Amino acid sequence: MTSNAAAVPTPGQGGQPLLLLLLKLRTFIALIAVFTFFAFAAPNFLSTANFVIMSKHVALNAFLAIGMTFVIITGGIDLSVGSIVGLCGMVAGWLILNGIDLGIGYTLYFNIFEIILITLLVGILFGAINGLLITKLNVAPFIATLGTLYVARGLALLSSDGATFPNLSGNPEYGSTGFYLLGAGSVLGIPISIWILIAVGCGAAYLAGCTPLGRHIYAVGGNERAAALSGVKVNRVKLFVYMFSGFCAAIVGLVISSQLVAAHPATGETFELNAIAAAVLGGTSMSGGRGRIAGTIIGAFVIGILSDGLVMMGVSSFWQTVIKGLVIIAAVVVDQAQQRLQARVALQQQAALGR
Amino acid sequence: MTAVSQAMGVSHEIGLSVRGATKVYPGTLALSEVDFDVHLGAINVLVGENGAGKSTLMKVIAGVEQLTSGEIFVDGKAVTFADTRAAAQHGIGIIFQELNLFPNMTVAENIFIAREKTRGRIDIDTDRQRKAAAELMQRLEHDISPDALVGELRIGEQQIVEIAKALAQDARILIMDEPTSALSAAEVEILFRVIADLKKRGVGIVYISHRLEELIRIGDYITVLRDGRITGSRGMGGVDVGWIVRNMIGAASKDFAKTEIHDLGPEVFRAEEICLPGKSGGLTVDHVSLTLRAGEIVGIYGLMGAGRSEFFECIMAQHPHSTGTFYVDGAVLNEPDVATRIARGLALIPEDRKAEGLVQIMAIRENMSLSSLKSFTSGFHLNLKRERNAVLSFVRDLAIKIASPENPVSSLSGGNQQKVVIAKALMTHPKVLLMDEPSRGIDVGAKAEVFRTMRRLAAEGLGILFVTSDLEEVMSLSDRIIVMSNGRITGEFSQAEAREEQIVAASAEGHAPMGREGIDKGESRT
Repeated sequence: MTSNAAAVPTPGQGGQPLLLLLLKLRTFIALIAVFTFFAFAAPNFLSTANFVIMSKHVALNAFLAIGMTFVIITGGIDLSVGSIVGLCGMVAGWLILNGIDLGIGYTLYFNIFEIILITLLVGILFGAINGLLITKLNVAPFIATLGTLYVARGLALLSSDGATFPNLSGNPEYGSTGFYLLGAGSVLGIPISIWILIAVGCGAAYLAGCTPLGRHIYAVGGNERAAALSGVKVNRVKLFVYMFSGFCAAIVGLVISSQLVAAHPATGETFELNAIAAAVLGGTSMSGGRGRIAGTIIGAFVIGILSDGLVMMGVSSFWQTVIKGLVIIAAVVVDQAQQRLQARVALQQQAALGR
Repeated sequence: MTAVSQAMGVSHEIGLSVRGATKVYPGTLALSEVDFDVHLGAINVLVGENGAGKSTLMKVIAGVEQLTSGEIFVDGKAVTFADTRAAAQHGIGIIFQELNLFPNMTVAENIFIAREKTRGRIDIDTDRQRKAAAELMQRLEHDISPDALVGELRIGEQQIVEIAKALAQDARILIMDEPTSALSAAEVEILFRVIADLKKRGVGIVYISHRLEELIRIGDYITVLRDGRITGSRGMGGVDVGWIVRNMIGAASKDFAKTEIHDLGPEVFRAEEICLPGKSGGLTVDHVSLTLRAGEIVGIYGLMGAGRSEFFECIMAQHPHSTGTFYVDGAVLNEPDVATRIARGLALIPEDRKAEGLVQIMAIRENMSLSSLKSFTSGFHLNLKRERNAVLSFVRDLAIKIASPENPVSSLSGGNQQKVVIAKALMTHPKVLLMDEPSRGIDVGAKAEVFRTMRRLAAEGLGILFVTSDLEEVMSLSDRIIVMSNGRITGEFSQAEAREEQIVAASAEGHAPMGREGIDKGESRT
């Protein structure tokens, strides 16, 4: 009478588990569908060069979406990631071009690794500010991150008076050359940014599935009060997810400015919306407690391939926007159907035990 | 005053009747073949222990829930209430136990919510609403301003607003679910006058309360529910507290586990002078001191709002502004948060399983191990296999009936959910188990199993402190009984010397909330 899921029959409902499986894999199926469609409809879609370009586009959104997924699982939202992308690009650009003027006649220049580290720390710092506003000062996540959205964007614009930091090739004297590799370099034929995505993605999936912290993230989103009474340090968990989201945004800031070998303060505008869309498309529930990193990455690929494929087909960007919106809405509608079906199957299994 | 007018010879017209009502929730039989009549122009008292099905019956009558089988008749005609609106159209109003008010709206807005007085269905006629609200307040003998924000009123005043809301509907049948639990003695008197007035106007009142003296004083008809069945139904003439208690508890006792004789160990837990300031002044927990020995089961009995749950919350560090000292194994408990207090050997099973005990959308396995993840972790890594094995062994130990530990916990019945919460607490290897209403909302069979588990754990040397509002439960499970009322300990009995009447008396002691002394116990009536 204890656990044996396989042995429990679901009488008279043979079709349901298959349907449920299809619904669970829906994002993956959507990915295959989108892929197959463009393979026939768009010229050159299947070329290696195109894959490299597309995966680079997708990676940017995927980084943000991974960070966003954790935030949304705790029941929050992070609107500031796009601005942090812009700000971190500017920080990296500033450090390469100008260094830090110590004000005593010396200017401190960093090598490229230090620059990357400092930039990541800036992203994490902004995440920490979000987290502290939300946990210590009880600001609603939407408002807190909306505030930092403006602050970070404003600081990015202030740093250069709105101008672009051009030509970030670095100075060999300070060891700050090679910044372009992050965005343009590749190992074994695969772009470095994709390797980083693989590392961050695997790390995040491991965190979600096999660490106490990951479990706590889900618990906080599922029922904050119950989690707190079970000994979960809710504030610490929340602080972490916003810091991680800031960290992911900093990576994107670095990668973009490296790809362009320039930093523009308006970089990353509306990126946060794409990240939310990818997370939701991947099955993350906006009410918290539910979501998978793998789903989010697939979601990011669906959105990325969809927009790139439409461009290659020559569909106007206005129509692209409409189609993207429809896909997101459809995803959530299907998600609701899956939830209902899943609950019913679980109840049937339970009923089959005869209570 | 009302007691005189019971007029047993007069038969009251039956306004609403329920026949063969059965209501099944997943895993629980909440009502079983219940027949119930509401007499117009009379006060129909409904009484029973927590979980007996009173609230379910009232929800069915008010259209909140639908019957699994059975029929409802209004004035002899069969009706079905799809929602509360349909019930309201038949003149049925209900005052819920939990306040259903909007704290950010004014008193007048609350009273007319969803029934706004309008000009041409669009523009709200604020003046008319305000005037009507003021009239209702006058009738209730309160000078609450119609423009006051409900959130700024005291709990007792909010209850008055809730009553006014029901009065504004001109209900023919008015259900009151524990309306006096938050009222001061003076406010209770006013409420009784209003009830007497409604009665004269021919309104049928269904009155639910745990305060038995109160019921006998105002009731005309009494119905007793136990475990979803009617165990007694008659006119109020000749009914006394003893009769009610007998029918509430019943001769055939529930299946309580036999006491396993074992020696009590040394003291494991002590609370000294615990105080918690209340929201509206006064103390919610008022200088509570108690001790618990290893292997001992101590039952804390009291009515709703006696401060028992708050006391437990103080133990689990939920109220940073509480004062007093706790000791575990003789050493002061000064850890500041739940996680560290769990590490010291305390474990809480909260009263509200849904809101505080479980993360409903998470798997059974994930819920059970939530408090004890540390013991499956090495470095960062969570050993899922070890976790799963530990979960399965607790599933076996507690005989939890599950299809798969990966199913969401929401798919389980109440009893099995409660066992998951107990397993979660036990997986932390506690020394002291705090159980807040451990048998609430679970069926009789599951109750018996929970009680057996409690006995077994105590025999294994665990100290158990449990809160209950069930008299029989506290009498038969506890080695020692502590009674709380108004935040204070008002009685302490060993199992041998405890008598039901004494416990009931102690739980009603000093019932004048909001700190209004002098007029308590409501004796000063003519």
